[in-house]
Parts: sequence; C-alpha cells; structure tokens
Amino acid sequence: MASKHEYTCINCPMSCALELVEENGEVKSVTGAQCKVGEKYAAEEFTDPRRVVTTTVGVRHGLLPLLPVRTTTAIPRRLILDATRRLAEVVVDAPVRNGQVIVPDILGTGVDVIASRDLDTPAGAGVSGVV
Amino acid sequence: MIAKKKRTPQLAVIGGGPAGLGAALAASQAGLDDIVIVERDIELGGILPQCIHDGFGSKVFKEVLTGPQYAQRYIDEIEKTNIEVLLNTMVLGISPDRAITAVNSREGMIRIEPETVVLAMGCRERSRHQVFIPGYRPAGVITAGAAQRDINIEGLMPGRKIVILGSGDIGLIMARRFTLEGAHVEGVYEIMDHPGGLPRNIVQCCYDYDIPLRLSHTVTFIHGKKRVEGVTVAHVDEDLKALKDTERFIDCDTLVLSVGLIPENELSRHAGVEIDPVTAGPFVDERMETTVDGVFACGNVVNVFDLVDYVTRSSEVAGRGAAEYVLQGRKREAPVKVLPGRNVKYVVPQFVSDLGRDVDFYFRVEHPEKAVTARVLAGTSPVKSKKHKMVHPPEMLTASATVADIAEAAKAEGRKIDSLMVEVVDSGKQA
Repeated sequence: MASKHEYTCINCPMSCALELVEENGEVKSVTGAQCKVGEKYAAEEFTDPRRVVTTTVGVRHGLLPLLPVRTTTAIPRRLILDATRRLAEVVVDAPVRNGQVIVPDILGTGVDVIASRDLDTPAGAGVSGVV
Repeated sequence: MIAKKKRTPQLAVIGGGPAGLGAALAASQAGLDDIVIVERDIELGGILPQCIHDGFGSKVFKEVLTGPQYAQRYIDEIEKTNIEVLLNTMVLGISPDRAITAVNSREGMIRIEPETVVLAMGCRERSRHQVFIPGYRPAGVITAGAAQRDINIEGLMPGRKIVILGSGDIGLIMARRFTLEGAHVEGVYEIMDHPGGLPRNIVQCCYDYDIPLRLSHTVTFIHGKKRVEGVTVAHVDEDLKALKDTERFIDCDTLVLSVGLIPENELSRHAGVEIDPVTAGPFVDERMETTVDGVFACGNVVNVFDLVDYVTRSSEVAGRGAAEYVLQGRKREAPVKVLPGRNVKYVVPQFVSDLGRDVDFYFRVEHPEKAVTARVLAGTSPVKSKKHKMVHPPEMLTASATVADIAEAAKAEGRKIDSLMVEVVDSGKQA
C-alpha cells in the first residue's frame, strides 16, 4: 500500500517542504523540491537519514585553543553522537591547513573529518599579527 | 590626544566580517588599489569563525560550507591582494566628513581620512535587559552567540542544564551544540506562535535530538541569587501576555537567550547617517550608499539578512559602489522611494537613486502566508513578480530587477517613475 511521508529539506535555507510517496519501502515519488538535492534528500531521509557532523577538536600551540572540523559528507544520523565523542578525544598541533584530514574514515563510514579553516601558531598568524 | 599616523586610502572598510571582506574584495576588483580594512578582533572573519555548523554558501558558492570555511575563502582572496588589514584595531569615531579615529596597541591613535567609507560593523544580540525578564540577576544567563563563542572558540562550557528562550536560528543551532557537548537541553521556548528560525534548523537541531520546541511560551521569572537555579515558564495568550495559571518551574543552571539581533550603528550615527527605525540600519540606495555621500553600508549593519550569502551580495554592491564613487565621482539624482506594500514589513534598499541599473530588493513579510506572489511595482506597473508556495517572516525574500525590467515598467507606466513598491499578494486574486 502506498503511503506518504513529509520532510523538510535541510540542505539550504529554502527549507523546501517535501512529500515522499512509498510503497512497501520503495520510493515512488518526491514532490515539493525546488532542486535535485531535495529529491535525493527525501529518498535518503526515508531509507537512511544522514547528516554532516560539525564539532571542534583541541589544538596545541594554536592562535586559538580549538579547531572547527566537519565530515566531508553526511554520515548516518545514528552515528552523530559516537562521532562527536570520538572527536572529543582528538588534539592536533598548529599550524593546521583548511581541508587537512584530521580523522580519516570516521567510525568506518568511509567519510573523512577535515579541518574547517587554517589555524596558525600565534607567531605565524594574521596579516598584522597578534598584539 | 593627537593621532600620530595618518592614512589617506581610497577606501576604508569598518569591520572584517563577511560584509567587510566582500566589500573590500569587490572594490579591489573594481579598480581601487588603496584599501584598508579595520577590524577589532585578532583575526578576520567576524562572527563566522564561531559558526562551525554547515549551511553557508549555498547561493554564492553553490556548495554547503561551514562558517569558518566560508570565511576562509574570502581571507585567502584578501591575502592575494594588497589590501591593508589592521587587526586588533578599534574604530572610536567617524565624522560626517569621513575622518576615522581608531586605536590599537601598536600605533596608538590612528587617523584615517579615506575618500570613501564602507560601514560593515554587523549586528549585536538583544540581551536580557532588552526583553525584560523579571527575576534575580544570577550568573548563567547568556546570549546564544556568547554561548556559541564560549563553546566553539574558547573551549568553555557555559552550563549543563539548559533552557533556551527564543527560537531564532542561533538558539536552535545552540540547542544542538549544547546537546553534542554533553549538556541537557530541556527545551526551546518561543513567545510567538511560529518559530523564529528556519524550518531546516528546527528539523536538524530540535527534532533530530528530541528537543521540545514550545511555541506561545515565555520565561516569566529567573530563579537563583548567585547562579541560575531554574526558570518559570508560562503559556502566553494572543496578546503575548503570560497566563499565570499555566506557570511551571523548570530546574536548570543556564538560560540561553536567542531573542533577536540589532544592527550595530553607533559609528553610523557619528557619521551623520540617517537610520531607518524599522530596520534599525541606515537608509540605503541601490548601491548601498547611505544618506551621507560617499558613506556606504552593507551586511547586517543595514538589516539582519540571516543568510551570509545575502550579506556577501550586498557587500559586493557596496564595494563596487565605493569604487565607482572614487573613480567616477558620481553625483546622486533625486531618489525614488521604495515603499513596503501589502504584507511587507520593510524593503532594502529604501530608495533608488539611479533607475538605470540593476537593483536587488531584499524584503521580509509581516506574517506567514500561503500561495502568494511577491511583486515589485513601478507606480502601478509590475517590474518583477515571483510566486511563493509559502512565505514566513524568518525568511528573507529577494527580487532582482534588471535595467530592462525597470525600463519596460517605465514604458508601461507612460511617465517618469516616482515611486517603487514591493508587495506580497494572494496569487489567486492578483490583478
């Protein structure tokens, strides 16, 4: 029997209201999306919801004490808390470059966690340096 | 005290957040080669470095970036130019003739007399004192942005048992962030009957973590003399008045406030710039020029855009405008007012000085509405219209009118355009 599921797309601030129709677990149609990302999102939300995880890791000798990191792509939603717990144990040394891999293949998902910015040591920092 | 150093650049940009960076780069690309950015923090990027979540850049870069990643793109570009960046430098004042007084610990007092200025100071959070919450004044009452800075930049945890008042995007983002950092978020309380933040943030910040979002609720008392020990919450009626018999006590050690943002215009006032009481930002024209010649403004100092992509776009307009002002010395014609029409709270720009150029309009609705058409009118002739399935106040709407669109409307109107209007009307009843 066909049934409907409603989702709100989280991929951009448009927040499209999506409607997915499925029959016996098979996706039949997705409507309401203003782009292809939304169609894919609704199907994934029904079968295997995923999220990009962002958090921070510790930094030694950095201009700041924390480095923001992200998963390069979304990982299964059920792994978010485990991933942040794993990342809470990580400490790296400055300088770090934007995009540098901080933890490869987090929790065996095949997805890397990367630095979200450059982070220099205080000596190497900034256009005019730190006072 | 007399300033020792004097700089006379073509352009001074006040603020090194996304607006300032976008304006400086656009001005540089438009031909200015003597630009200075004045930033009070230890690094560029403004608020973006603490916005570690993703969702930035979908319009400008067609990618979903985190705040730090978005900032990094502009910082990398700035480093390729000869734009001078003064970090750790606080602007104390700007005079109506654009003379800037600033201070830092390397040079002491600094005087900058630029040919043109871009104001890009951003906005500030509304605090407890601006929303009048009764009760004691203990530690543990913190704005969402301050909590965000503590957790994401400083590595400090503001509390363990959290109540969030206000469902603006930063409040929702922080509900998730506190949860991921091991705190318990009891709930998000919103006085209005609709959320303040975007639907996508309600899904991925509240629903994903089973954090209750309680609409038509407010905090009526803050308990605790040294540290927050709890808050009293209550339902509100249609007039937003708390209903006494619905009050209940919630045990918590921290109250996080996400109750709105206000453009930061203290310096704009120094410069003699006229402020729109509705947006709390400067009146600007289609080039983001304020009421003072040669003083431009962009980003959240003009109105709270919510999307950094729109901040960037407005800043690029301001940067190009500033370059044109320096290189071509353009004089302004008599401005045409842009008026908010049906179900439109305000429109930026508030006036158009030159109908011979493309104009981006940014506007917000007053109340949620389904199946509507947003349209720009010149007199009574339509310039541009766009259908929306749903509009709601947290979402900034845009309309871009090209020179051709405006010229066509002027032709249909058959006379000189003396006013523009943006309105949101029922798609069915539209003329």
